[in-house]
Amino acid sequence: MADHDHDVSATRRRLLQAGAGAAALGALPGAGQLAAHAQGAFDWKKYKGEKIEVFLVKSPRGDLLTKFHKEFEDLTGITVGSEMVPEQQQRQKAVIEFNSGNPSFDVIALSYHVQKRQFAKNNWLTDLRPMLNDKSMTSPDLDFADFAKGGLFYAVEPDGRVMSLPLNLDPWVVYYNKELFDAKGIAYPKTFAEMMDAAAKLNDPSKGVSGFVGRGLKNANVPVWTSFLLGYGGGFIDAGGKLTTDTPAAIDAAKMYQTLMSKYGPQGVAGYNWNESQSLFLQGKAAMWLDGIGFAQPLEDPTKSRVVGKVGYGVMPAGPKQQVSALFADGEGVSTYSKKKGPAWFYLQWASNKANQTRMLQAAAGAPVRTSAYAAAQASSDFKAPKQWVDCMLASAAIAQPGLPVIAPVTEFRDVFGVALTNMINGADPAGELKKATAEFQPVLDKSEKA
Amino acid sequence: MGAVIVFPWMFTVWMSAFDWKIGTEAHFVGLENYVKLFTNRRFLESVGHTAYFTALAVVVPLVLGTVAALIFHREFPFRGALRAIFTMPMMATPVAVALVWTMMFHPQQGVLNYLLSLVGLPPSLWVYSPTLVIPSLVLVEIWHWTPLVMLIVLGGLAALPTEPYESARLDGATEWQLFRFITLPLVAPFLVVAAVIRTIDAVKAFDTIYVISQGGPGTASETINLYLYLQAFAFYNIGNASAVVVVFFAIILALALLLLHVRQRTKWAAG
Repeated sequence: MADHDHDVSATRRRLLQAGAGAAALGALPGAGQLAAHAQGAFDWKKYKGEKIEVFLVKSPRGDLLTKFHKEFEDLTGITVGSEMVPEQQQRQKAVIEFNSGNPSFDVIALSYHVQKRQFAKNNWLTDLRPMLNDKSMTSPDLDFADFAKGGLFYAVEPDGRVMSLPLNLDPWVVYYNKELFDAKGIAYPKTFAEMMDAAAKLNDPSKGVSGFVGRGLKNANVPVWTSFLLGYGGGFIDAGGKLTTDTPAAIDAAKMYQTLMSKYGPQGVAGYNWNESQSLFLQGKAAMWLDGIGFAQPLEDPTKSRVVGKVGYGVMPAGPKQQVSALFADGEGVSTYSKKKGPAWFYLQWASNKANQTRMLQAAAGAPVRTSAYAAAQASSDFKAPKQWVDCMLASAAIAQPGLPVIAPVTEFRDVFGVALTNMINGADPAGELKKATAEFQPVLDKSEKA
Repeated sequence: MGAVIVFPWMFTVWMSAFDWKIGTEAHFVGLENYVKLFTNRRFLESVGHTAYFTALAVVVPLVLGTVAALIFHREFPFRGALRAIFTMPMMATPVAVALVWTMMFHPQQGVLNYLLSLVGLPPSLWVYSPTLVIPSLVLVEIWHWTPLVMLIVLGGLAALPTEPYESARLDGATEWQLFRFITLPLVAPFLVVAAVIRTIDAVKAFDTIYVISQGGPGTASETINLYLYLQAFAFYNIGNASAVVVVFFAIILALALLLLHVRQRTKWAAG
């Protein structure tokens, strides 16, 4: 019992840290209530013979979980039926299925930055707290103290409801080419000003080397700008629901984006997504590349990369106001329409357990949300990721903030501001473009929040 | 008929009168979606992009396809084999074609700029430039669909009578005169068929554009279809998307009627 009480207080502490606020304290049952809920010890075999359906995204993480479903079935006696579709289609199918009121799945994987607010507004996910606080329903292995703060922020609603378990973090980092930096005697930048300076010095069009590369393609490009926006102390929406995307901080960030991309970026960068950026960096033709942390594997693969062993993994430099790494994350939740919430909850616990989180890191399928996975993975002999990458990951997770506003029409947000940013690369005025985009998106946001 | 065509069509018209985003309540708004559409700069631009793309993607393959047909209509060694090779692009899957072209267009690593450099020309930005993106996308369409035009025209040429040519030659007509005054009028109905097919294909082109440029850079290659896709499947604005569908349908209908009218006229002229 003592252990259990410890778990609960740890859970509560982590939830509060995650930004759940005072509401979480009131909403979480106290230890006394928990004792009343307790119905005996936890048993993985509790739902033996049941069958659940899980709906995953086709990705290295989805593949990895699917590969080990047999392990879950052996552990619990629950049969798993799974469907895996590409990200874009998964998001569309989720909306359509949930709207039908009778989705075909019990467990669903979600990208927080796109689906969190949408799912929350529509109450499509089950509040996990009753099961989380029921000793017979929650494995002692589930320890929120082990979960990174940024991941919990995404999984918990402002009113304290726990709607999912986070699995993977994607903080944005700067990949840099050490060879190019060393050749010019430049140190990795610590601030935005140093970053601009380094890009200018390293940019060498005569050798086909760009000082900086990142996403210019509309929609995909927004996190690059928000990475700067957060460092300039800017945000997305104020307390009154008004967009703050045309403030001086936002404009400064956009100017930085414009300069880095159009002056020190490669020709045609307005059409670049992560894959074009990656291939340029792989060829040793870019000094810095700002993107999500998940690209170490191709960069260190000798069959694909010309920069093996020369890649530096840098934490996002500090802006004039603060040092922030824009964070994206994904996790899994239980459908509110599911008739098998118990078995589905067991699946969630299994999917986020230490073994699976460690496997994810070992397979370079993502950056686990559980901090213990890093030590566990590094201890194994077949772990290939560079130490600097692991350090960068942990340091970035510690300074992470959501890289996109947590709103339902986030795709429209990305589209509208994405077009503005692409226009800036092609010479448009940052202040004017942001003003136009803000005016265009405000009514969409108002309507969505009113609905 | 009723279930698969009439009902979805009526339902789309009905939906276009609502302000409905999936996940929210639908409100009846009458014609408001249409009013908004015709004052929406982005939608109007997408109509312009569609017209520009269609014009190029119809005219160029039509001209090149006709030239190719005239060449392949003559007797020369290995004609059969070369004809088969020429028609091969047509058989490729559009998405696969688009992916390959995406690689070829890459400004730093694509083969097209390498080829330009071989003949001493400066590199181009292709689909990565807002001004070149539509002509570059049309290049893919040309490569992909010129063979279709050629096959249709070749069919027309095969059916031509030989007598008019013989008598014209006796009268001293030049090759150009033979083409201009005999071949062209006689294959005109086939050209119209090719034009109808190409127009419909070009107006509804989606896969190539979506894969290669996603309507970008910015919105520089956003056609009606891409705009529609965004509204319906990325933003879930079903009412607005339905209105786009209705307008789009009206445009296609008008185009089809126009082309059918032209076809009738060429038939009368030929008859």
